[in-house]
Amino acid sequence: MRLKDYNEIVNRHKPKEHKVQNGIIAFVSGGIVGLIGQGLIDIYSYFLEIPAQEASIFATVTLIFFASLFTALGFFDKWVTICKCGLIIPITGFAHSMTSAGIEYKTEGPIFGLGSNIFKLAGSVILYGVVSAWIFGMIRFMILGG
Amino acid sequence: MIYLNSFLFAGAVCLLGQIILDNTKLTAGHITSIFVCLGAFLDIFNIYDKIVTVVGGGAMVPITSFGHLLIHGALAQAEQYGFIGLLTGMFNLTASGITAAIIFTFIFSLFFKPKD
Repeated sequence: MRLKDYNEIVNRHKPKEHKVQNGIIAFVSGGIVGLIGQGLIDIYSYFLEIPAQEASIFATVTLIFFASLFTALGFFDKWVTICKCGLIIPITGFAHSMTSAGIEYKTEGPIFGLGSNIFKLAGSVILYGVVSAWIFGMIRFMILGG
Repeated sequence: MIYLNSFLFAGAVCLLGQIILDNTKLTAGHITSIFVCLGAFLDIFNIYDKIVTVVGGGAMVPITSFGHLLIHGALAQAEQYGFIGLLTGMFNLTASGITAAIIFTFIFSLFFKPKD
């Protein structure tokens, strides 16, 4: 069989990706997470009578708590496979990656399992966030002075 | 109105990520790292601050706000203490999120078992 024929057969049997459908689902689910974030900020700043800046910390922690809890209970993975970037890009994806790594590797022991692997996926976010923030902070501090 | 802005902005960021995920070979880990760098980059000229005032909570939810808060805390300390402030203030504003994620992960991984 020639390579060209082989590639044709492979392409025919590849699962088709519905790019438009994926995009719409990601847009709607990501938007709903954003709505929940704004709603939580309003609720906290109204009932606890604190400024919006502090309320946004409470809202972020609440989202992280529920993402971790749902991941531990097992049904957040299914939501992520449906919504994809709609749940990975918000802060819920950060908590999901940490909790799923923690639960998966805890069978290998508390130090070399849980302790070494807890930042396996979330570590890249922190590493590149800190490096880029340091570089851009240096640039801005030298040009604008803070 | 701020709710509509929140929905549209958070949705647009996720849509952008999904387009990158579907059309390139980059994985979800690449995309979140790129978005954090993007959030830090937009803060050089206070662009992300303006987005936050218009959009509100919708701008605090995507991972771009993580980069924005990192550089924000670093610069606030740098104004007081000079260059060393970039190091001491880096995690000032994001510490709550990282600490909460670590603690919840530890507690839940003590009590729950993998599903498979």
